[in-house]
Amino acid sequence: MQKIGKQTIKFDNPPTISQTACIVGPKESDGPLAKYFDQCLEDEFWGEDSWEKAESKIIKETVNTLISKSGIPSDKIDYCFAGDLLNQCISSSFGLRELNIPFFGIFGACSTFVEGMSLASVFVESGIEHAICASSSHFCSAEKQFRFPLELGNQRTPTAQWTVTGAGAAIISKSGTGPFITHITPGKIVDMGIKDANNMGAAMAPAAFDTLMTHFKDTGRKPSYYDAIITGDLGYIGKEILIDLMLADGYNIKSNYNDCGVMIFDKEKQDTHAGGSGCGCCGSVFSGYLFKQLKAKKLKRILLIATGALTNSTSNQQGESIPGIAHAISIEL
Amino acid sequence: MEFLQSFDWMQLLKCFVVGGLICVIGQILIDKTKLTPARILVLFVTTGAILGGLGIYQYLVDFAGAGATVPLTGFGNNLAKGAIEGVKESGIVGAFTGGVKASAGGIAAAVFFGYIASLISKPKMKKQ
Amino acid sequence: MKPLDTKKGYQDYVDKKSPNSPILKNCFNAFWVGGLICSIGQVILFICKQRGLDTQTSGTIVSIILIGISAFLTGLNIFNRIGKLAGAGSLIPITGFANSIVAPAMEYKSEGYVMGVGGKMFTVAGPVLVFGISASIIVGLVYLIFNSQSITLV
Repeated sequence: MQKIGKQTIKFDNPPTISQTACIVGPKESDGPLAKYFDQCLEDEFWGEDSWEKAESKIIKETVNTLISKSGIPSDKIDYCFAGDLLNQCISSSFGLRELNIPFFGIFGACSTFVEGMSLASVFVESGIEHAICASSSHFCSAEKQFRFPLELGNQRTPTAQWTVTGAGAAIISKSGTGPFITHITPGKIVDMGIKDANNMGAAMAPAAFDTLMTHFKDTGRKPSYYDAIITGDLGYIGKEILIDLMLADGYNIKSNYNDCGVMIFDKEKQDTHAGGSGCGCCGSVFSGYLFKQLKAKKLKRILLIATGALTNSTSNQQGESIPGIAHAISIEL
Repeated sequence: MEFLQSFDWMQLLKCFVVGGLICVIGQILIDKTKLTPARILVLFVTTGAILGGLGIYQYLVDFAGAGATVPLTGFGNNLAKGAIEGVKESGIVGAFTGGVKASAGGIAAAVFFGYIASLISKPKMKKQ
Repeated sequence: MKPLDTKKGYQDYVDKKSPNSPILKNCFNAFWVGGLICSIGQVILFICKQRGLDTQTSGTIVSIILIGISAFLTGLNIFNRIGKLAGAGSLIPITGFANSIVAPAMEYKSEGYVMGVGGKMFTVAGPVLVFGISASIIVGLVYLIFNSQSITLV
């Protein structure tokens, strides 16, 4: 493991992503990626009596599915990194309390999944065998905590994003057949002063731009090196902004760039305005769709950049701006 | 039939247009200023109370009936009117009791029905 | 100049890049739904008057019925769909006030009936009562001051 450039880590023995799993909610099950998910729920409560409990159950069952799919006995898994959007990462703590694996609760807003993957790969490179990373979000519990009660008859603005109900999890191992995590570029906090909590894409795009530029400079790679550059949940508006920002600095990413928040929903049919968001967005799109594309060798080199809006309802009510963060990992066969 | 014949259709039309226009003002504020719904409601109730206190809102009520009383500005007007009535009846104490007294029915109904609704039903995800 | 040079520049750029709300369509829907809700009130008002009730009582009955309907529709998970279509059309009439009390009451049911439903009921509508009642008291006091000096305000 060595540091190259300003903030990128290059792995000498790149860790493998051995298996992934994801479970999504009813709306995501109607979306274009439905067939790639391990399990699609029909009801957002999933037999529980609150959304918070349902979210814990989603992340719990996702990790259980992951372990059984991977065939690795759970006592061989050394560490677990997980996070979500609810206060003090409560969904992950409750969901994984019976897992009996040393647990790190992490928070990076919607960038949590890649943050977990980065930390897990550093642990694996340092000598352990297997580490799990997982993240979850739930539309209803997130609306309740960050916005308005669900039954309130308000209109969503065209820039608002739809929190994905779902969880993704991946197991990172020392040895295996790939895909491999070759580089990670943890991002800096970037705040361009956006205050509109209904325009997260615009708040996070500068952070994604910063990480992306740093990654290219540190590694000496060009956008064309990757089959796909995928951001976490910038949504439609953030995606366009990022393309603009990159173009202004001389990088054209238009042809191989997409966003998980754009991919997971059908904008016209599902009326999700600016697209999906939440920890579960990048988690489920990577674990469901992208991992399978990598395994099938349809994609060979991807750069995954999960983006997060570092805000909470108190800071927002106090008129604070919304800082963004973005972490990139490069996954290659 | 008798009911339909005696019904004041002109009054209904005025009510529809005025009520609709008051809502359009709210909609423009929502779309143009990004004010949250709670702030819009506060703005309307306060505006209603001030216009009611100045006696201006009563003209609109006389003209449009429910078109002016049903929107939240009407609620504010009702509060202010009640406070003035209260002052007339019992002086300074009336300023404190009059407003709430005049709108007690609506407030009590909202609290009561709200509690009942929460007892019998569960929130569901928006199918939008 | 690049969009990220200054915060102000970026905000302007974002404003230009973000789609606006479809304001004409929204206003049209707000107009007819809002008008319709007021018209229902007018019909109730008319029936009350025909039965010989005074203006004040009739007005209270209108409020109670509309609030009841709104609470019922909120409980059936229908009001938020009306609200999505109508925006201010269902928010500004008294129905919106009722909805803003019922919605959090239902939402926080999972935190218990006392502190959940009872405590959170006014998270959205509380300010309406605070400002409405305070404004009415000020109006009352101002009226009192002007009247004691024999100046008629109205």
